[in-house]
Amino acid sequence: MAKKESTFLNMFLTLLIVTAISSLAASAVYNLTKGPIAEVARLKQQKAIEQVMPGFTSYNEFKVMPETGKDSLIFFKAFKGEEEIGVAINSYTYVGYSGLIKIMVGFQPDGAIENVEVLVQKETPGLGTKMAEPKFKDQFVGKNLADFNNHEILVTKDGGVIDAITAATITSRAFCDAVNRAYRALEENKKENK
Amino acid sequence: MEYIIIIIGSVLVSNIVLANFLGICPFLGVSGKLTTASGMSGAVLFVMTVATIITWLIQNYILDPFGLGFLQTISFILVIASLVQVVEIILKKVSPPLYQALGVFLPLITTNCAILGVALLAIQKEYSLVEGTVYAVGNSMGFALALILFAGLREHLELMDVPKGMRGMPIALVVAGILSLAFMGFANLVSI
Amino acid sequence: MNQMQNFTKGFFKENPVFVMLLGMCPALAVTNSAVNGLGMGLATTFVLVMSNFVISLIKNLIPSKVRIPTFIVVIASFVTIVDLSMAGFLPGLHEQLGIFIPLIVVNCVVLGRAEAFASKNTLGSSIVDGLGMGLGFAMALTMLGAVREIFGNYSFFGYKFIDADGILVFILSPGAFIALGFLIALVNQITKKAKA
Repeated sequence: MAKKESTFLNMFLTLLIVTAISSLAASAVYNLTKGPIAEVARLKQQKAIEQVMPGFTSYNEFKVMPETGKDSLIFFKAFKGEEEIGVAINSYTYVGYSGLIKIMVGFQPDGAIENVEVLVQKETPGLGTKMAEPKFKDQFVGKNLADFNNHEILVTKDGGVIDAITAATITSRAFCDAVNRAYRALEENKKENK
Repeated sequence: MEYIIIIIGSVLVSNIVLANFLGICPFLGVSGKLTTASGMSGAVLFVMTVATIITWLIQNYILDPFGLGFLQTISFILVIASLVQVVEIILKKVSPPLYQALGVFLPLITTNCAILGVALLAIQKEYSLVEGTVYAVGNSMGFALALILFAGLREHLELMDVPKGMRGMPIALVVAGILSLAFMGFANLVSI
Repeated sequence: MNQMQNFTKGFFKENPVFVMLLGMCPALAVTNSAVNGLGMGLATTFVLVMSNFVISLIKNLIPSKVRIPTFIVVIASFVTIVDLSMAGFLPGLHEQLGIFIPLIVVNCVVLGRAEAFASKNTLGSSIVDGLGMGLGFAMALTMLGAVREIFGNYSFFGYKFIDADGILVFILSPGAFIALGFLIALVNQITKKAKA
């Protein structure tokens, strides 16, 4: 089959050359696709902001470190012309059934929730994935966390007002966790800017 | 405490074979006999843990800092392939009978999607090095559990009266499905 | 065998999933819908054809003892190319298939064909083999995906024909195992009758 002798030098060189060429090829394709990949991410983000904060004409983006959690949240202060119409917050939780869930929450200037959109999730299809359906997430629309104990929103099992998805309590709780994280950061941010 | 949750999560709740579909080929191929199943599990434990550690280091100290994320697949699989070679050489010297018993399954560990899968998942879940290592150990234990349970079930299956069309792989898969269903009972235990 | 037989063997006689029982991980994991199964099948076919092509081209330059690692690196580079291309141009599918795209590199079908065929045959034959095996794999995955989607979601390629939640277990893990088990039994019966 192979006509080349299996000396150590031959083996080492072959592997080295093949790896080098592979890496170069990968690098070339990476550079080609870098643009489209970034564009896909940007469009997704834009679409998510539009869904939770409709009618904006421009936005300011900045990062905020929440009290709990490893990563920062991204704030999008949305404007319609000169007027601030609210803040969209890219929030997350790690306690989903399959781990990370990322959502975009739109808050009106008075802190009431305009809308929520799911960005990233790997929950169980047919169960946890139902969190993206209106039946579940529309429960959050119009709620103002300032009206609740500890300014947090919870599932009914934990004494709150949100009806969890049947057989997907963990996902439902995680969703609330993400919303709460966003609201706490919003409150903190408001206090700092006073 | 975090670490115990990771272990319970990876062995029971999100079992690598029965819930995540990684490691199916050896799961179906090696689970015929209990002895090969245990030998394979041991080899997987070693390779999976060491591979996860090395790939974590490569990702966090070489790939990410230099923006070389796209080399992840190539570098990770090279690490795994080399590790398996090393295990083969060591095993041949240290325990020739085990080396013989595992036979062709040893090089096949390279293509065990569980090994690459766990290495990739540890990065995706943004675990620290210690969390990632615990995750790898937990998953290899989960793999071993699934393998050994299934080996036991298959030994029973041999003695059963299976309809002709379903004999062999079809009924084995249905049984694996029922085992997977059983493991779903662990669903709300912890979340990792 | 002639090229026609070379091409068609991957569909039934030597179907990677149903007969040779290779590539089970993706077969079970991404077939929760027909379109996901098809997408994965085609992505794998691309990698298979390209790696068969390259490996058949350089087969005489590779020392025998390093051939497996070398094949793997070649395969890995095409997997990276597929991964990046899908992320940029087919983001929806890319997100659905997730971690199983890089896992194509350890798909036993790809490495298996490289070792068993491409390293020992001509360029042309290797490409045909890759195409046949890849499309056979794609067919198997699409079939499994369609079955699971029809029963689990009452839809076919996204088109919902009954407006209700389907039999959930089919799109979850157990359903994959069970559906594949029955499909293999079915295919075995069909091929047995065809031989008789």
